[in-house]
Amino acid sequence: MKVGVVTFPGTLDDRDAARAVTHAGTTAISLWHNDADLKGVDAVILPGGFSYGDYLRCGAISRFAPVMEKIIDAANSGMPLLGICNGFQVLCEAHLLPGALTRNHELHFLCRDQKLEITNNQTAWTSSYSVGQKIVIPLKNGEGSFQCDDATLAALEGEGRIIARYVGENPNGSRNQIAGITNARGNVVGLMPHPEHAIDTLTGPTADGLGFFTSVLKALVK
Amino acid sequence: MAKIVVDVMLKPEILDPQGVAVSAALPRLGFTFAKSVRQGKRFEIEVDGEPTSAQLAEVAKAAETLLANPVIETFTVRVEK
Repeated sequence: MKVGVVTFPGTLDDRDAARAVTHAGTTAISLWHNDADLKGVDAVILPGGFSYGDYLRCGAISRFAPVMEKIIDAANSGMPLLGICNGFQVLCEAHLLPGALTRNHELHFLCRDQKLEITNNQTAWTSSYSVGQKIVIPLKNGEGSFQCDDATLAALEGEGRIIARYVGENPNGSRNQIAGITNARGNVVGLMPHPEHAIDTLTGPTADGLGFFTSVLKALVK
Repeated sequence: MAKIVVDVMLKPEILDPQGVAVSAALPRLGFTFAKSVRQGKRFEIEVDGEPTSAQLAEVAKAAETLLANPVIETFTVRVEK
């Protein structure tokens, strides 16, 4: 099983994402933004960072990178796709997920360990967790406030497509404490906090994030 | 040479924390006129000659595709002499 990790100019967390994939027992394959080739991977991760310097809007330019065309096609055919932080912003700009990520309501860049509640374990990326499970993983972003119109929010809530919520004080003004969502099919997941930075206690606050990467392995061997 | 201007604004229902921060800073400087402030983006696009309606339609398409995110933003296209 091979999981592709995309590097755009300005991506920061591709190495940690690849390390997390390896740690979970899968093979990580580097994908370059300018290559329209997925190198036969079975799943793809869009990692965090500041692709294209966050120019225009976060993720707005990356969304049109050559590799994204292939990724969008593959995701529409059911390939597991996880966008973390900037990757989540790219997924929203690509309309693979609804809504948009906007400036944190207090305007500050946040970097802290954040408690989340997993609220859907039926996706390709969350099956290793139980519903209601609390996890702590790093949150680091300036534009992490999830916004959408009322109809979209009602649909996300009604269809159980919110996969994780912030526990306690809302860190960035996200509607309904949303930290992550999925598409209707459950193969595309966007998450603002960083599971790849919490896969062992040597380098992270917890090992709580590893479940996202073991989940996709289970989804692929099924 | 003409200039096509695209103004992009967050939709009214989307929280604009930058506008809120500016609106809070104004009275501190003695400017008490503002009931509220919204901050947006302005794109200036230079074209040769007088823009045709086809060109303006193309700019509107580009605005919808790239310059603005219609999920959270609205835009206007106009010609500035």
